[in-house]
Amino acid sequence: MKKVFSRPKSLKPTPFRYCPGCGHSLVHRIIAEAVDQLKIRTRVIGIAPVGCAVFAYDYFNFDMLEAAHGRPPAAATALKRVMPEKIIFSYQGDGDLAAIGTSEIIHAANRGENLSVFFINNANYGMTGGQMAPTTIHGQRTTTTPSGRDAKTSGYPLRVSELLATIEGVSFVERVSVDSYKNLMRAKRAVTTAFLNQIDCKGFSFVEILSPCPTNWGMTPQKALQWLREALIPVYPLGIIKGKKCN
Amino acid sequence: MAKKKMLLMKGNEALAEAAIQAGCRFYAGYPITPQNEIPEYLSKRMPEAKGVFIQAESEIASINMVYGASAAGVRAMTSSSGPGISLKQETISFLAGAELPAVIINIQRGGPGLGNITASQADYFQAVKGGGHGDYKCIVFSPFNVQEMWDLTMRAFDKADAYRMPVIILGDGVVGQMMEPFHPTKYVRPGLPEKDWILDGCRGREPRVIRTLFVGSGELEKQNILLQKKYVLIRKKEVMFDAYDIEDAELVVVAFGIAARIALSAVKELRRKGKKVGLFRPVTLFPFPEKQIADIADRKKRFIVVEMNAGQMVEDVRLAVNGKADVLFYGRPGGAVFNPEELYRKIKAAYPRVAGTAG
Ligand code: SF4
Repeated sequence: MKKVFSRPKSLKPTPFRYCPGCGHSLVHRIIAEAVDQLKIRTRVIGIAPVGCAVFAYDYFNFDMLEAAHGRPPAAATALKRVMPEKIIFSYQGDGDLAAIGTSEIIHAANRGENLSVFFINNANYGMTGGQMAPTTIHGQRTTTTPSGRDAKTSGYPLRVSELLATIEGVSFVERVSVDSYKNLMRAKRAVTTAFLNQIDCKGFSFVEILSPCPTNWGMTPQKALQWLREALIPVYPLGIIKGKKCN
Repeated sequence: MAKKKMLLMKGNEALAEAAIQAGCRFYAGYPITPQNEIPEYLSKRMPEAKGVFIQAESEIASINMVYGASAAGVRAMTSSSGPGISLKQETISFLAGAELPAVIINIQRGGPGLGNITASQADYFQAVKGGGHGDYKCIVFSPFNVQEMWDLTMRAFDKADAYRMPVIILGDGVVGQMMEPFHPTKYVRPGLPEKDWILDGCRGREPRVIRTLFVGSGELEKQNILLQKKYVLIRKKEVMFDAYDIEDAELVVVAFGIAARIALSAVKELRRKGKKVGLFRPVTLFPFPEKQIADIADRKKRFIVVEMNAGQMVEDVRLAVNGKADVLFYGRPGGAVFNPEELYRKIKAAYPRVAGTAG
């Protein structure tokens, strides 16, 4: 009998403790598969953010560093500079990367650091209970925007991918989603491209992944996927924003 | 005897070169006066030594780069002055929690706030009592001349690796900017444990994690107890101090860094005038030479603590003396450097009127 589905070597046998329907488990899985397929598991060092995905180090079966909130791109910069032959990625949420860590991400990108960055956008702060994030969309209710985000007092949804694409040092930016099988496969291709670019020394690669947070969106996993498609994607259009895909 | 080879360098440059010689191969920093000679020197010197120099976008990024380089097992350093060190505190706490070695240089300036760039010793509390969040310590060295900027920098890297923790050099603008001849002691690497914790890819071994989050039941307390054991060991083994003319002294001046240097000339002058005055200078501020000071207090001496701040180390001296002797204080808060004549007068005024009656 042919085995068609098994756990990637890059994932530990630990069961995911993310909420049911959470996008983190899916994103962990596609990263792990890409790492396995590129045969780079023993060269990879991942950096976990502060947020729900801080526990990424419990699941990935390769070296992991936990960094202070928002600072993974700075730590990643150093890891890559002192070990250019290793493959370094950061895994960051929207609070980590798009709020407290905006300075670190912009300047790592601007130095054209040869890194792969995976940015999970679920439009709120998951771990702390669903507060407004810079990526929260207009009218979206969160625990700190109880009547919906209002641009007059809390600003606009931040399109980090488009912002980073304007920076000269950046070689690849793509926005993907994990709401369907088709999009998940696209997401995996984007993750693979980001790793391949690093292997080929092409510089800074950035993949923004729209990801459901059913718990804080107050929806069932099914409903969350629908909301992602109908409300989030129109604000954050999918596709390659800069560079070319590798495969 | 062969004459010792001497070099003439600014304190900050001597410190930077000593770091290179001690095997520092990663530096990240952000411009701030009065320490700019360090990044400027290393921007040229680090590439020659095949190391990495990065002028970072911020103080925060600098210390987080040091965190990353250290996780890869590379000897790493950052430098700044008060306001910048304040910004680095979060990750200094992370370095302590993750047990990562790092060397952090603070060439102090006057505070609070932006203050000014004259010499100051007002960052004693910040360096010695934590600064960041949580129950942690850094080893803190206080150099008082260019020779010590050289020697203590080398030692800082060794101690950071030996104990896997951040080490601070608490310097000041005067010694940093001053040119002075010193002997460039050759770096000799001590026996140090192998770095079997670094992240360099899990080839032929189990994956490793470096973290500071401990949420399992009892995990965090266990980690904290481990850190505290390390600090107990450091208190036992790493105390450094200098004592001048303490034996017969009726009055002991206690001072660190640049204040000790100025106090020393005042003390020598008072000796010439027949006053029994000595100087005790902590070289490590953590671990603090509390036992040595307690011993002096047992001999019923009187103390005067002299600092270029509003009174910080004096609290540690009082704790060590524990009421066994008088502890007086003279300080000038941030923004003023005292001169030897001024200290001469203050120390003389503190001298016990009838010899042998101090305490
Ligand atoms: S709170 Fe949201 S992001 Fe966090 S684990 Fe639950 S579903 Fe996932």
